[in-house]
Amino acid sequence: MITLEAYFDYVILPILSISVMLVFIRLFKGPAVVDRVVALDLIITIGIGIITVYSIRSNQEVFLDVAIILALIAFLGTVAFAYYIEKQKDD
Amino acid sequence: MIEIILAVLSTVGALSILFASIGILRMPDFYLRLSVTVKASTLGVGLLLICAAIMFPDVSVTTKAIAIIFFLIITAPIGAHMIGRAAYFTGTPLWKGTIVNELEGMYDQETHELEGEEDDDQDDNNTSSDAKTDEG
Repeated sequence: MITLEAYFDYVILPILSISVMLVFIRLFKGPAVVDRVVALDLIITIGIGIITVYSIRSNQEVFLDVAIILALIAFLGTVAFAYYIEKQKDD
Repeated sequence: MIEIILAVLSTVGALSILFASIGILRMPDFYLRLSVTVKASTLGVGLLLICAAIMFPDVSVTTKAIAIIFFLIITAPIGAHMIGRAAYFTGTPLWKGTIVNELEGMYDQETHELEGEEDDDQDDNNTSSDAKTDEG
């Protein structure tokens, strides 16, 4: 019988790490700046998921506070990038 | 029983995150990448957070998880809309298979405003009043 801890360790976390690696390829390749911005946003979102799984595995609920701040930073970063990319065209 | 629920929720969440990352790697166009990424990643992270909310017996953890899910659901479409709008202004090319581009020529390049919203409303009012007078 597989325990839930082993399932988190050997299935969920590897899937999430493979996802981060795939998004990193897009972050390096991305032909336009906006592609990289979206890839960075997705990486931070997956990071929130990884933090959640890690806080489940280590029984430390304090890590969810980090997830809140990370979600805030991801949103602010995306909005700031969008604002300045749109301004850049005016010059 | 709870373990089965947790396993199913975490599996669906992790798989949708994996599909989002495959989509951002394989889709041919920025707009398709944006469309794939935002929804799938929000769903996946939301399911993982629901997992954490079920796993910990505390009220504070449940509150935090619901707060994060609420925040993600609110902010992800706003950020996606803003970055898509900026990409459209900077002239990011569309995929060659894209058939419908309803925004073509609708944006004012100087003021970044949609053209013709108020005028359309006025025209509609005029035509409807004309129709009424014709019928009368």
